[in-house]
Amino acid sequence: MTPFLIAQIALTLMVFVALLSSAAGMVYMERKVAAFLQQRVGPLLVGPKGLLQPLADVIKLMFKEELRPRAADRILFALAPIISATAAFAAFAVVPFGAETTFFGLLDQPLRLQVADVNVAVLVIFAIASMSVYGIVLAGWSSNSKYSLLGGLRSSAQMISYELSYGMALAGVLLMANSLSLTDIVNGQSGTWFGFVPRWFVFLQPIGFLVYMTAGIAETNRAPFDFPEAEQELVAGYHTEYSSMSFAMFFLAEYINMVTVSAVATDLFLGGWHGPLLPASFGWIWFLIKVGAILFFYVWMRWTLPRYRYDQLMAFGWKVLLPVSVVNLLVTAAAVLAFGL
Amino acid sequence: MTLFYLFGGVAVITSLLVIAQRNPIYSVLLLIASFGALSGLYILLDAPFAAVIQIIVYAGAIMVLFLFVVMLLNAPHEDTDLDIRVHPMLHPGAMRLGAVLAVALVGELIWALTNSNVSGSFPAGPVVSVATIGRRLFTEYAFPFEVTSVLILVAMVGAVVMAKQDSAAKGKR
Amino acid sequence: MPSLNDYLLLSAILFCIGTAGVFVRRNLITILLSIEIMLNAVNLTFVAFGRSLGGPDGQIIVFFVMTVAAAEAAVGLAIVIALFRHRESLNPDTFTALKW
Repeated sequence: MTPFLIAQIALTLMVFVALLSSAAGMVYMERKVAAFLQQRVGPLLVGPKGLLQPLADVIKLMFKEELRPRAADRILFALAPIISATAAFAAFAVVPFGAETTFFGLLDQPLRLQVADVNVAVLVIFAIASMSVYGIVLAGWSSNSKYSLLGGLRSSAQMISYELSYGMALAGVLLMANSLSLTDIVNGQSGTWFGFVPRWFVFLQPIGFLVYMTAGIAETNRAPFDFPEAEQELVAGYHTEYSSMSFAMFFLAEYINMVTVSAVATDLFLGGWHGPLLPASFGWIWFLIKVGAILFFYVWMRWTLPRYRYDQLMAFGWKVLLPVSVVNLLVTAAAVLAFGL
Repeated sequence: MTLFYLFGGVAVITSLLVIAQRNPIYSVLLLIASFGALSGLYILLDAPFAAVIQIIVYAGAIMVLFLFVVMLLNAPHEDTDLDIRVHPMLHPGAMRLGAVLAVALVGELIWALTNSNVSGSFPAGPVVSVATIGRRLFTEYAFPFEVTSVLILVAMVGAVVMAKQDSAAKGKR
Repeated sequence: MPSLNDYLLLSAILFCIGTAGVFVRRNLITILLSIEIMLNAVNLTFVAFGRSLGGPDGQIIVFFVMTVAAAEAAVGLAIVIALFRHRESLNPDTFTALKW
C-alpha cells in the first residue's frame, strides 16, 4: 500500500462522490436558473437560499413506495435503471480533470488526475455512450406499457442517430490532436497565440464544437430534443412506470451524462485545465469553471427553446447534422494536409 | 491468468445460456454480456482497438438492432405449437443429433489443438497502436476498406427495401 | 500467463456452442444470434494469432469481419421481418413452401 496506490484509490472515491454531488448541485442549479429565466425566484425556503432543496428532493424520493407493475418483466425492470446509472458513471472514468500533480511533493511520482489512463480514451467514451442506450430501451420494454415502449424506442432511436454526428465531431478534433488519449489532446491545447488567444480547439473547429454540443444535448435526451420524455406527449416516456429510487437512478443518470458530455467537451474543445493566472497544479479549478459554464448553457437551452417534434428531430439529425459533421471532417482533413497544422 | 479464466468462463457460460433461453430478449442481453467478456479478452491480448470497436460495433449497434427487431416483432416463443413444458433443447430427433455433432466437433478440435506444433507462448512485444492500424488500413488494405464501405451501403439499402411494407399488398388489403 | 493454445481452445469451444445453437434452436432470431457467436469465436482466433505473430494484421481482419457481420445481421434481420410478416411465425419449420 504505497502512498501512490492510496492516492489512486482516494482519487477514484473522490470522483464518485463528486459526480453524485454534482448531480445534486445540478438539481438546484436547474431550478434556480429556470426560475430566473422565467422571472420568478425558485426554491427559497429549504435552507439558506434554498440550498438544501436537493436534499429534500432525495429524501422525498427515498420515502416513496417502490412500485412494479404486475405484468412487467421482473429482471429487466430492475436491471434497466442499473444499466443507465452504471454507464453514466463509467464514462467519467477516463476523463482527466487536472494536470499531473504530486500534491506538493507528498507523492514520489506524479499522479494523473484521471481514474483510468487509457490511450484510446476517446473511443472508450464513445463505447460507453452506446451502452447507455440499453438502459432506456430495456426500461421501455420491460414496463409492458404502450407509453413506455414507444418512449423507449423513440428515445433509443434518437440516441443512436445522433451518435454518428457525435463521433464525426470527435474525429475532427482527433485530426488536430493526432492522439486518442484525452490527456494528450488537452496538452495539445496549452499555450497561446499572439500572447492572449489560448490555443483551444474551439477556435480551430468552431463547427465541430457546435455539432458536438448539439449531438451531446440530443444524446442526453435534454430539451430541445427531449420529445421521448416530454410530459405533454408521452406521459413520461420510458420512465413512466418507475417510482422512488429507480426513478432517482434514471434522473441521476441523465444529470451525470450531462456532466460527462460537458467534461469531454471541455477537454476536447475548451482546453481542459489550462487557463491564465493559476499555476498548473490548480488547473482543476479552471476545469470546473468551464464545465459549469457548459452546464449553464445546457439549462439555458432547456428553458429557452421549444421542443422539436419527433420527426423534425430525426430529420435534423440525419439530414442536417450528419452532413455538416462529415463536411467539417473533410475540410479539417484538407486543412491539416494543406497547412500542416 | 485468473483474468483469462474469468473472462473466458463468462464468455462460455453466457454463450451457453444464449442458446438455451426461450425468451429471445434474454438471449440478446446474455450475448451482450458475452461480447463484453470477449472485449476483456482482447484487452488481455494487447489489442485495445479491437476491444473498443467490439463494444462500439457489436454490443452497441448490432445488438441494438437485434433488440429492436425482437421488440417490434413481439414474436411468440418458439414452442407455442408444441408441448410447452419440454425445453427446446430436449426435443428428440434431429435436434439431439445436432447437439451430439457439436460435442463431437469440440472433441475433434481439442484433439487437433493438443496434437499440433503451434508454438505456445506469446512473444513479448509492444501494444499495436491505433496509428499503425490506421496507416495499414489506408495503404495495404485500402481496397478491402473501400469495398467494405460499398458493402455496408448495399446492405443498408437492401435491408430497408426488404423490411418495407409492400404498398401494393397493403392497398389490396 | 495464458498461451496461444488456451485462446484457440476457448475460441473452438465458443464456435461449437454457436454451431450447436444453429442446429438445435427453432427460432430464427436465436439462429442469427448463434451465427454471431461463431463470428466472435473467429474474431478471437484472429486476434490471438495476430498477437502471436506481431503486427496489426489480426486486428485489421477483425475490423473487416465485424463490418461484414454488421451488414449480414442487418440484411438477415430484414429477411426475418419480411418472413414474419408473411407467416406470423419465427419457426423455420413453417417455411417449407419450397419442399417436395
